[in-house]
Amino acid sequence: MKSLKFKKILLTLPLISATLFAGTSSYADELRLLTWGGYAPDDVIKLFKEETGIDVKVTKSNNEDMISKLRATGGSGFDLAQPSQDRVTGAQENHDIYKPMDLSKIEAGSFITSMLDATKANTTLKDNVYSVPHIWGTSGLVLNTKTAGMVKDYTDLCSKDLMGKVSYRLKRPTLIGFAFAMGLDPFAAYADKEKYTELMSKVEAKLVECKPVVKTYWTGGDALLNLLRSGEVTAAMAWDTGGWKLNKENKDITFVAPKSGALGWIDTFTIPRKGKNDEAAYKWINFVMKPEIAAKITAAAGNFTASKGADAFADDVLKAQFQSSFPQAALDNVKWYPPVPAGLEEIEGKVLDRVKAAK
Amino acid sequence: MKQHTSIFFWLLLAPFALWLILLVIIPHIDMLGIALREQTAPREYAFSFKNFIEFFTEPLYWRTFMRTAVMSILATALTLLIAFPVSYYIAKMLRGRSKSFLFLLCLIPFWVSELVRTYGWMILLRETGVISNALQWAGLVSGPVELLYNDAAIMVGLVYTSMLFMVVPLVTVLESLDDDIIEASYDLGGNMWTTMRQIVIPHAMPGIVSGCIIVFMMTLGNYLTPNLLGGKDSLWFTEQIYTQFITRFNWELGSAFGILLLLLSSLIVWLGLKLSRQTLTSTMT
Repeated sequence: MKSLKFKKILLTLPLISATLFAGTSSYADELRLLTWGGYAPDDVIKLFKEETGIDVKVTKSNNEDMISKLRATGGSGFDLAQPSQDRVTGAQENHDIYKPMDLSKIEAGSFITSMLDATKANTTLKDNVYSVPHIWGTSGLVLNTKTAGMVKDYTDLCSKDLMGKVSYRLKRPTLIGFAFAMGLDPFAAYADKEKYTELMSKVEAKLVECKPVVKTYWTGGDALLNLLRSGEVTAAMAWDTGGWKLNKENKDITFVAPKSGALGWIDTFTIPRKGKNDEAAYKWINFVMKPEIAAKITAAAGNFTASKGADAFADDVLKAQFQSSFPQAALDNVKWYPPVPAGLEEIEGKVLDRVKAAK
Repeated sequence: MKQHTSIFFWLLLAPFALWLILLVIIPHIDMLGIALREQTAPREYAFSFKNFIEFFTEPLYWRTFMRTAVMSILATALTLLIAFPVSYYIAKMLRGRSKSFLFLLCLIPFWVSELVRTYGWMILLRETGVISNALQWAGLVSGPVELLYNDAAIMVGLVYTSMLFMVVPLVTVLESLDDDIIEASYDLGGNMWTTMRQIVIPHAMPGIVSGCIIVFMMTLGNYLTPNLLGGKDSLWFTEQIYTQFITRFNWELGSAFGILLLLLSSLIVWLGLKLSRQTLTSTMT
C-alpha cells in the first residue's frame, strides 16, 4: 500500500514539472532585450506595449558581458542585443552567436544615412549584415576644470601634480586612447598582430609608469561619478554622458575631448542566433528609431541616437553641453572604432593583466 | 518491509546525489575538458596543455596565485586570533541572556548581504569617509587620509566577512567543554596559560580546524571584497578567473585556473589537517 503511494507520487512528479515548464513558456508576446543602462527607459517600454501589445524584458549589460552571455547559450535567451559595432564581427566569427539582419524589415528612412551605411559596412561578415546603429557617443576626459584644467590629453593623466587624483578603466578603450595620445595609431596596426603587440607593449610601459598617480581603476560608472562628485578624483577617462551629468550638478566638472581625439563608439541592434521573437525585435527597432521616441531615449541615456530628426526634440541643456565639449574641430577629430579582428583582445588582455599586477 | 526501506533510502539520497552529480561532478569534468583544449582557428579547438603551461610560464599568474593563498592563510589566522577570545568569552564567561545577546551581536552584520557590508567599509575608509573626517576633526591629521584601496583594507574586509563562520564552531566546541575540567586544571596547580594550552585548545581543536577550513575556503574564493576594497593593486585569483571568462572570452585559460584553484585549496586544507593531526571526519562531527 505504502509503496503504491510512492509510485503514484513518483509518477505525478514529471507531470507537475511538465505543467510548470509549460506555464513559463506559454507567455504573452515578449521581447527579451539585452542592452545598456538607459537604452530602454520605462516610459518607452510602456508606449511600445500600448502600441504593439508586446512586453519588453530588459537585461542590463555591457559589451563583454553580452558576448559572454550569448556565448554561454550559443545565442539563445535573448531576442535582441545591443553590442558596439566594432565588437560584432569578431564575436560572430569566433562564437557564431548572431543571425544576419533582414534589412527589408528595417525602415531605413528613419536612420541618419551615413551612420547606417558605416555600421552596415563594419558589421558585414561573408556578405551578411548583422547590425544597424542605435546610439552613439564618445569617451574622453572628464575633468574638474578648476583643479585639473591643465589636462589636455590622456597622457597628461600621468602628471605628478595629480598624484592620487586620477582614475580610468583597465579596459581596451584606455589602451587605445593612450596609444593615440602617445602619437601611435593602433587602428592602423589592427591587421598586423606583430606590429600591434609591439605597439601595445609601449602603451603597457606608459601605463605602468603612470600607475602611482592613479587612485583606483574604476569599474562601474556610478562608482566613478561618486569619486568625481566627492572631489576624491579630479581627472578621469570616461564617457561623455558621465561628464555632462556631473556638469548639471557642478559647473566645474565637464567632459573634454582630448587633443588626440575622443574615441567614438556606436552601439547597435543585433539579433542573437537563437532569438525566438524576431518580429518583435524588428518592431522595437523601428519603434525606437522614430524621432520623438529616440529623443526620449537620448534624455534617459544622455547620448544621441542614429535617428534622423531626433535632434529637434532633444533637450537644450544637453545640446549646449555637447557643443561646448565638441567644437567642430574636435568633432572632426573623433576616432571611430573599426571592427576588432579576432585575436587582438588576447594581446590586449595580457597587457591589461600585467599593468594591474605591476607595482 | 525491506522493499519500503530501500525506496525510502533512495528517495532520501536522490536530492543529494542529484545535487552532487549535476552541480558538482559534471561541471567539473566539463571544466577539465575545456581547460585541456586550445583554440586553433575560429570555432575550432584541439587538445593541448597550453593553458597549464601558460600558467607556469607567466610569472604574473603565478604571483597572483601565491599572493591569494598567502593572504588567505593570513586572513584565516587573524580571524582565529580575534574570534577565539570572543568565543571563549561567549561560551565560558557569560550565562543566560547576556550570552545570547552577545551571540546575536555577532550575527547581526550577517543579516545584510556581503555587498552591503563591504560598501559599509568603503564609507568608513574612503578619503572623504567617516574615519578620515573624524581624524581631521580630532586634529590628529592635517589633510584627508586615504585608507581604502590597499592590502590592509582587503584584510580588514576579509576578516570581518568571515568572523561569524569562525565564532559559531568555536562557541559550540567550547560549550561542550565541562567547566569542572578547567577548574580541576587550576586545582592541580595550572595557571591560565597552561590551562589554555593543555586543556582548552586541545579540546577545541576540531572546532578550530573546521572554522579555519570554512574561513580559508571562503576567503580564497572571495571575489567581491578584494575587488572593491583593494583598488588598483587588488590582485586576487578569483578575479583573474572572472576576467578570463567574462572580459577576455578565454574560457580555456579560465577553466585551467579554476582547476588549479581547486587543487590548491584541497592541498592547503589537507596540509592543515596533517599539521594539526585532525581528520576531516573529526572536525565535521
